[in-house]
Amino acid sequence: MIKQEPVVFCKGGGCTAKLGPSVLARVLDKLQKKRDPNLLIGYDSSDDAAVYRLTRDLAVVQTLDFFPPMVEDPYTFGQIAAANALSDIYAMGGDVKTALNIVCFPESMDMNILGAILQGGNEKVQEAGGTLAGGHSINDESIKYGLSVFGTIHPDHILANNTCHVGDALLLTKPLGVGIVCTAQHVGGASAQAVDSAIQSMSMINKYASEIVRKYRTHACTDVTGFGFLVHLCEMMDERFTAVIDKDKIPYIQECKDYAEEFYLTAAAQRNRNHVGGKVQFVDTSFAMEEILFDPQTSGGLLVSMDAEDAGKAFEELKTLGLSCNIVGTVEKGQEKKVIVR
Amino acid sequence: MIRLDERGKECPIPIIEAKKALENAPVGEICEVIVDNEIAVQNLKKMADHKGYSFGVQRKSAQEMIVRISVSGEGSQTVQVDSEDAVSYADCKVSMTEDGIRKGMIAVISSGTMGTGDEKLGKTLMKGFIYALTQQDIMPETVLLYNGGAFLSCQGSDSVQDLKTLEEKGVKILTCGTCLNYYELSEKLEVGTVTNLYEIAEKETAASIIIRP
Repeated sequence: MIKQEPVVFCKGGGCTAKLGPSVLARVLDKLQKKRDPNLLIGYDSSDDAAVYRLTRDLAVVQTLDFFPPMVEDPYTFGQIAAANALSDIYAMGGDVKTALNIVCFPESMDMNILGAILQGGNEKVQEAGGTLAGGHSINDESIKYGLSVFGTIHPDHILANNTCHVGDALLLTKPLGVGIVCTAQHVGGASAQAVDSAIQSMSMINKYASEIVRKYRTHACTDVTGFGFLVHLCEMMDERFTAVIDKDKIPYIQECKDYAEEFYLTAAAQRNRNHVGGKVQFVDTSFAMEEILFDPQTSGGLLVSMDAEDAGKAFEELKTLGLSCNIVGTVEKGQEKKVIVR
Repeated sequence: MIRLDERGKECPIPIIEAKKALENAPVGEICEVIVDNEIAVQNLKKMADHKGYSFGVQRKSAQEMIVRISVSGEGSQTVQVDSEDAVSYADCKVSMTEDGIRKGMIAVISSGTMGTGDEKLGKTLMKGFIYALTQQDIMPETVLLYNGGAFLSCQGSDSVQDLKTLEEKGVKILTCGTCLNYYELSEKLEVGTVTNLYEIAEKETAASIIIRP
């Protein structure tokens, strides 16, 4: 086992390190957008991957994601950062082909740590069926790691994040609460069991869940990351739909309820709340559950809007992947609030 | 009073430390937490609300907010805390004093009636509004009365008692002198003091929040 320097290594990382959605929206709105008919998904929708059509039956998916460490072990961090970056391809319904490393690392630090990070990342790229084909590294005082991923997809089979149908069932393929667990761990308040559950969830690639949901009548799909379940869900509902969520069906890491009561609360979760809190109606929902629903996820699961008739079968298959998942709600006609949690 | 300087510390540290400090504190104990960002203020408020503590915040600058949390459970002062975009709030002259007066907030009453419509209803509404003002946890610094509003602070008005209550709680009651002369009410003023348009203009331009019933 390599020598670790945990103090420098892990400092409120993962998707909790993301810029707030409100700040970001203000900046992005000012950028001029060039129209290209082959850019099927770009930055005027809320997706975080671009899909570009090359021929009638072939498009490429391009994504990028990187962040500071959220766990103490560098190898595990590499796995999680890679799983998280690969996830954007799967959220679109695409397949991974190649990936490039994005590395920020202090020259003065033990290079074995970097080696472990890259090894963890490489293994996940291979598991995804892709090839690690290079990368770019910067000497920086704080560590960051991630991937730029290239994948392919059939232009007619892209899963956008906002094309739900009224009556759809909403599925969530991983438990929520990994942000809360990592925060609790950061301040020394997490149990080993909770950390293990979070790591198991974060390091699983969304390939398997994506392959399952593609077999059914899936209408929309996104992955739950730094903006938390509710911001991603609000984006999915667009202006046209309202999601009705059954709070008792939400899969989450059990210890999170206690950790939320201990106020292991991140700034990112509060930013998420500020961003969409007004669009969400909570009925008899506990403080802890609200926090779990706003919790920023690192390498979170897929949020899938699927024909209600298929949802039961898909759920049975998803359960075999070994993570807690569930049918968490339904899509209704747009109402005053975008999301009702009851 | 417990004082915590949490500047430079990331969430959740300020919240956890404030919670720890208050955990075994007796009723009436106040914890003052200095933080350097609005999100920390909001997270502290969430903690205070959830624990049933009372909460107040004073914004000194964009990087210095003084949060006061006290173990009282009653009379909690809830201060509006908006989204992260509200950081510029810090520049406004909005701050709380200990007794629930909000600096920079003024109420302007320019008529004896509230809203437009039936006059009798309007009078009833205005009386009810001024009474309701006396019951608020957060009160304006000043109530300005002019034109038709000048009648409210004078003999014969059924809001005199409520305005006196406000005055006792530290709210300044100012009635326009020109208006009192015009309506021949100068001898009949029962509560507060007389003011002029210079002061009225000054108060209104300096206010951060103006309430107009």
